[in-house]
Amino acid sequence: MRAAQPTATTRRLEAHLHRRARWRWPEIVFWVAALGAIVVLPSRAALINEILIAGLFALSLDLILGLTGIVSLGQAAFFGLGAYSAAILASKGFADPTLGLLFGAAIAAVLGLATAPLLLRGGDLTRLMVTLGVSLMLGELANRNGWLTGGADGLNFSMGKVLGLFPIGFTGQRNAALYSFAALFILFAVARRLAQSPFGLALAAIRENRLRAGALGIATSRRIVAIYTVSAAYAGAAGALLAETTQIVSLDLFDFHRSADVMLMLIIGGAGYLYGGIIGAAVFIVLRDVISAATPEYWEFWIGALLVVLVLIGRERIHDFAVRAASSLAPDAARGDAA
Amino acid sequence: MSVPALEARGLVKQFGALLATDDVSFTIQAGARQALIGPNGAGKTTLINLLTGVVEPTEGQVLLQDHNVTALSSSQRVRLGLSRTFQINQLFPHLTPAESLGLAISERNGSGADFWRVAGTRPAIVAEIEELLTRFGLEGEMDQPTRKLPYGKQRLLEIALALATRPRVLLLDEPAAGVPEEERQDILAALSALPADVAILLIEHDMDLVFTFATRISVLVAGRLLTEGEPEEIAADERVRAVYLGEDAG
Amino acid sequence: MLTILFDGVAYGMLLFVLASGLSVTLGLMNFINLAHGAFAMVGGYVTALLMNRAGVPFLVTLPAAFLIPAILGVALERTLYRRLYGASPLDQVLFTIGLVLMAMPIADFFLGDEPQQVNLPAWLSGSATVYGVGISLYRLFIVAVCGAIAALLQIFLVRTRFGAQLRAAVDDTRVADGLGINVDRIFAVAFAVGSGLAGLGGALAADVVGGIDPSFPVKFLVTFLIVVTIGGANGILGALFGALLLGVLDVAGKYYVPSIGGFIIYGVMVVTLVLRPQGMFARGDGR
Repeated sequence: MRAAQPTATTRRLEAHLHRRARWRWPEIVFWVAALGAIVVLPSRAALINEILIAGLFALSLDLILGLTGIVSLGQAAFFGLGAYSAAILASKGFADPTLGLLFGAAIAAVLGLATAPLLLRGGDLTRLMVTLGVSLMLGELANRNGWLTGGADGLNFSMGKVLGLFPIGFTGQRNAALYSFAALFILFAVARRLAQSPFGLALAAIRENRLRAGALGIATSRRIVAIYTVSAAYAGAAGALLAETTQIVSLDLFDFHRSADVMLMLIIGGAGYLYGGIIGAAVFIVLRDVISAATPEYWEFWIGALLVVLVLIGRERIHDFAVRAASSLAPDAARGDAA
Repeated sequence: MSVPALEARGLVKQFGALLATDDVSFTIQAGARQALIGPNGAGKTTLINLLTGVVEPTEGQVLLQDHNVTALSSSQRVRLGLSRTFQINQLFPHLTPAESLGLAISERNGSGADFWRVAGTRPAIVAEIEELLTRFGLEGEMDQPTRKLPYGKQRLLEIALALATRPRVLLLDEPAAGVPEEERQDILAALSALPADVAILLIEHDMDLVFTFATRISVLVAGRLLTEGEPEEIAADERVRAVYLGEDAG
Repeated sequence: MLTILFDGVAYGMLLFVLASGLSVTLGLMNFINLAHGAFAMVGGYVTALLMNRAGVPFLVTLPAAFLIPAILGVALERTLYRRLYGASPLDQVLFTIGLVLMAMPIADFFLGDEPQQVNLPAWLSGSATVYGVGISLYRLFIVAVCGAIAALLQIFLVRTRFGAQLRAAVDDTRVADGLGINVDRIFAVAFAVGSGLAGLGGALAADVVGGIDPSFPVKFLVTFLIVVTIGGANGILGALFGALLLGVLDVAGKYYVPSIGGFIIYGVMVVTLVLRPQGMFARGDGR
């Protein structure tokens, strides 16, 4: 045992293990800037709202892909389910946004828990196909049960005020963006905490080397099921936010391209450090806005080209470069690798 | 004799037409320093996989402290005190040694599912991480990503991780494999400093290492146990010389 | 009833030709090429444009619908795809999604988003009644052509030296290399043939799916993946089986139980994957 007086090694060890626990100034700047954008650019509130929601959606994917290394092409299943759950609840007269948000997340979590065991066997290829299949089945289910979902016409409904005070939707777009901001920030803080816990460390171990994780006694299957459920809840919450702030849902929420887009956002921003999804969502949506203003219909080409280049250069190499660049800007903020 | 720490009873493993393990029985006493040697292809890796539960035996049993663990998974056996290292490093490349060890320790003491407390805030865990880092000479590298460590240090971490699960039986699969000469001494020192109450089975090609470390040696040839005994007996055994040492010296 | 069965078989045959290239790259080479549908789109466009703008007869356009995508495939394989053979599935997915995202606006830019129709020659339109079963002539034509292609492919892969070399190369690239097999060339040829067949399938499918438009690569992507998933690593016969099953289930399902529709095929895929997660693709992919 060590002496009661902490040694230099102990202090260094503690500092190392807690290095990400404290909020660093670049993080604070990031959140203040996001909030500031809503206040300063009220005319852009709808766009910012879209970015915040897409950012939460991408964060949900980061929990399984970035933290745990489980690939998925079916995240739209939970997004769509969350959106429809909130929409149906509201159309039945329970129009409180917070309630709808929790409800959407909870229903999506149930589906996540139910389908997580499908991910435990097989490799990445199997997982990509299974998750894709589940989301397609769900979309078809929504399509065929028009009595509940409105079918191809979608659902229109009206929402109550957030906390009974702030109207959201077309007349309250700034409120809507603030509401999404609050939800994103709270869920982000929870995810951030989770990533630094022993549970989060175990997820990183599963990503890095599942064989060794099992050899350390980690119940890898249970951990994967748990994080997949949490990720589903996050995606469901994002879907619910979109439904509530636009007050319309339609079948395209389940589309394959939703799952693909959210993966692109995460990859553009970089997976594994939680901010990547939000940054990627901002880049993706702003790019789309700018390019489609110049050449409508062809903006996808540039996103595609960006992806091809990203992969050819190597995501790892770009990430290493970014870490080095960040550490030269803020030496202690970017120390070590993202985990 | 007390209850053996680990016992194999009539283990058989058949892969199609290949009999990889042929009726192997042996025991490892608590605190033993035992070695398992044998030429390439003798079935050493299969035997480890059978003992740790990576592969299911066709016949036979594995007993840990007299408990039959044959039906348990690898991670369940780890929790019962059977741990191993890997011949080829199986580490977490982007985690640091401190994080890797902290992970193993929290998993062992039951806080592995804790998702709210920041890792490394429990003083007992921090103290234990530090103790292991110091013992294996990894304090200097504790906050470096594992992939950036020199190979010898990675081998040490491999052993430290296995030890962090507090095993009663530890299987070391060629711990010195591929370690450059100048870092070799560190591995040897680490091995001789392993806790005395942990039973160790060393699988190794390097005869110098085997004869300095082990007090008892088992020889595996073509899936069968050829013989077992003290190092002097094994060194003097004509059959062992013929199949193994002869090959090595030739 | 038999008419529906026949339509299902014809649709399945068509899916087989469209997806057979994918069953080689994904099923055998373990490369996830989500851009496969783009080659089918190119083939469809080649036939439609040659017919509508140059007045070339339908049958004469088909070889071009095979060759042009094949050449395009080989060019992309040599320059881009080959760099990703060893990459992670995620990288392959991202890369090929990127290619799809680029291919669709390119098609849109040059040809517009209106579907390009393929007008069948008179001798292929219309239908005949055989033993009281109404059969569309074009469906019959599809079954004949696609059946012939399936047979040729099977012979090509099982009986010829090339087929043996491809299987060896897929099984263990390094060993095949050591045996003097030119792995690079084998993969390039396999990729070219797969892309060409996709193009031919696209040309044949144009009439059935109501014309070729820029969204073709995405619209049928999932269907292709399901064919390969169900067929798995069992080579050409597996893909043929998967395609026929899917074709019949889809056509019959949409006719008899329209309320469930596409649900059936997705369900079949997920169940197959859950029951045989590793056997599904050639050597599994580790973990």
